[in-house]
Amino acid sequence: MIVELGHFALILALTVAVVQSFVPLVGAQRGWRAWMAVGDPAATAQFLLIGLSFAALTWAFVTSDFSLRVVTLNSHTAKPMIYKVTGVWGNHEGSMLLWVLILALFGASAAWFGGNLPAGLRARVLSVQGMIGVAFLLFILLTSNPFDRLATPPFEGEDLNPLLQDPGLAFHPPFLYLGYVGLSMSFSFAVAALIEGRVDAAWGRWVRPWTLAAWLFLTVGIALGSWWAYYELGWGGFWFWDPVENASFMPWLIAAALLHSAIVVEKREALKSWTILLAILAFGFSLIGTFIVRSGVLTSVHAFANDPERGVFILMILGFFVGGALMLFAARASVMEAKGVFGLVSREGALIANNILLAVACFVVFVGTIWPLVAELFFDRKLSVGPPFFDAAFTPFMVALAVILPVGSALPWKRGKLGRVMRRLWGVLAVSVALGALVWSMQSGRSALAPVGFALGSWLILGALIDLAQRTGRGELLERARRLRGLPRADWGKAVSHAGLGVTFVGIAAMTAWTVEDIRVVRPGEMFEVAGYTITLDAVREDVRGPNYLTTFAEVSVFDGERRVASLAPEKRVYPAAGMPTTEAAIDNGIFRDLYVVIGDAQEGGGFAIRTYVKPFANWIWAGAIVMALGGILSLSDRRYRVAAGARRAPASALPAE
Amino acid sequence: MKRIALILCLLGSPSMAVQPDEVLDDPALEARAREISQELRCLVCRNESIDESNAELARDLRILVRERMSAGDSDAEVIDFVTARYGEFVLLRPRATGANIILWIAGPVMLIGAIGIATATLRRRGSNDENSLSHSEEARLRELTRE
Repeated sequence: MIVELGHFALILALTVAVVQSFVPLVGAQRGWRAWMAVGDPAATAQFLLIGLSFAALTWAFVTSDFSLRVVTLNSHTAKPMIYKVTGVWGNHEGSMLLWVLILALFGASAAWFGGNLPAGLRARVLSVQGMIGVAFLLFILLTSNPFDRLATPPFEGEDLNPLLQDPGLAFHPPFLYLGYVGLSMSFSFAVAALIEGRVDAAWGRWVRPWTLAAWLFLTVGIALGSWWAYYELGWGGFWFWDPVENASFMPWLIAAALLHSAIVVEKREALKSWTILLAILAFGFSLIGTFIVRSGVLTSVHAFANDPERGVFILMILGFFVGGALMLFAARASVMEAKGVFGLVSREGALIANNILLAVACFVVFVGTIWPLVAELFFDRKLSVGPPFFDAAFTPFMVALAVILPVGSALPWKRGKLGRVMRRLWGVLAVSVALGALVWSMQSGRSALAPVGFALGSWLILGALIDLAQRTGRGELLERARRLRGLPRADWGKAVSHAGLGVTFVGIAAMTAWTVEDIRVVRPGEMFEVAGYTITLDAVREDVRGPNYLTTFAEVSVFDGERRVASLAPEKRVYPAAGMPTTEAAIDNGIFRDLYVVIGDAQEGGGFAIRTYVKPFANWIWAGAIVMALGGILSLSDRRYRVAAGARRAPASALPAE
Repeated sequence: MKRIALILCLLGSPSMAVQPDEVLDDPALEARAREISQELRCLVCRNESIDESNAELARDLRILVRERMSAGDSDAEVIDFVTARYGEFVLLRPRATGANIILWIAGPVMLIGAIGIATATLRRRGSNDENSLSHSEEARLRELTRE
């Protein structure tokens, strides 16, 4: 009964979404207030209905209702409760339901918090949001209905993929979807502005918080996914350039570009059409991502229920929204004349450089991701594009970005002098180069990776600090410290995010360059040395029972000289319901290094394969991402977004649509 | 067959890749072998190098790579040998030959194009602005400066 209610609520949500797509839009075009006002209650109703539907599906998972196909395929009565709940989105159908739930949440948020938007813009935004809702609700109901029943329900389910039975599943997909779907707001704002034929500073100010929110959720989602892969897959990689990872990375890059170009719209009323285009592309890439993940046209380690029919449907959605928006863009972009004039050497110029580098980097990832498909279709070559290509083709853009960032963020608007800006930054540059040289001289290998990474990281972090310091102006130290507290949150956010990027640079460079690996057969009681640590395998306990698995775990002690630094228990589990083994690495996290131990198979002739890694600065990678996201939160909390958000310039400057 | 391949890989992915008995005694040679392994794709897997994969085939390939290296092959010779056997699908770093040149130069070409378009647009806009006074405005300006 509850399941039927959920199914019914979903269908009802679709009809509400249809109403939301048309009524407010027509109202806005005709200037009918009552029709425009339909958007708000419709968005709220759509969210509540999908919420009800999602709750019903969760109920089915929690009570192990095996009459539902998805529950049978992805659950098991013996599964711990947390994984019964997270299992709701650990499969294609349920995750799509979460997708539309978040979509509806964003639409409803625009209705709830968009009080300061002009009625016309709000109505149009809600309409576009409603259309996206219609498309995806149709997709769910027609191709991936989570409420499909089985004629003969089995007694037991087939269990969730054991790799997914991890707290990572609780957070990684929801955050990622908050990011993906959040970009639909930027898209809706862009399309609404195109329909209105008006983009001004106020528009830039409204669209930026939504983009910022989406970007920061994506940042957290990607970081969580990377961290999950790091500890779950058992060999300590953090990024694989897998198509599905790229699918989340491309919108992130474009969102980062959009975030910066929207500043130019807000402060200087320039780059308008480019910003609109980026907003369309950002959501376009998140749809492409959805297509890549769900259609299975590209082989990926992320095994999802792939189905060509679903792929075609998503391709149609993609074509309709991105194609339609681009056509609208082509027709209307000329209306949006830029006002602000600026020289090449200026904050605007630097932000354009940022946009070019991020967009080209995204393009490289895109080409690399789809190239196997293109090569097979058009050139009859079956080939692979893997990490070696991406590392070589992508990294230079990030290096260039890091090099110009501290300079660009210190340049004044309109017209600046490089010499003036550099006067403040020479010290930072000298320190960073010196740090790079020091790292170079200390390391044993010949790789330039770590020295360059450290130099860039310090250049970014110290550059951000100098930026903050110079914002306080001249005067006594105490007075300046006081002013530091009074700086707008957005300035803090900027500095913190840029520093976070520096932290990630250091982490990636150090871990990639300096990881030490050791593989050997060890018998219980033996000891061995890795990178200065003495490691003993104290005991191995086989076939210990867990809640829904059997585990073999080792007791490992790590000593630094005489001092015990860690006791680790790497595990090897077998999940009988799914018939699958998993490796649970044991990691001793540290600020400057991770100790990472994995137990492998029992060897003929006794002993176990033991793999040990010492991974320097590993946690800096994710810490940097979290710092970046914190910067985003700081910037979001800036009071300017709340207080002055409604202050649109005099309507005299507006260009009417009709 | 496809399903079996999938199961093999799923079995493989979470577990260990390089086994202790595969490791060469010469650390320099072993380091080279590891680097080459990261360039070669495990053919039955979804998207993994033979260095990461635990599939049987990946193990065979890893051993093959090490045998060739022990026999004195250079890195390029080993990669050529594997490619000759399994086709270019095995290469994770696609060769810049034929159509693949597009792939390799896509980034740089787009960067140059983007910089070109951006500078041209900015120049044009900048020059427009300098002459943006209309005739009547210029006349008024002349009037004012004469005073």
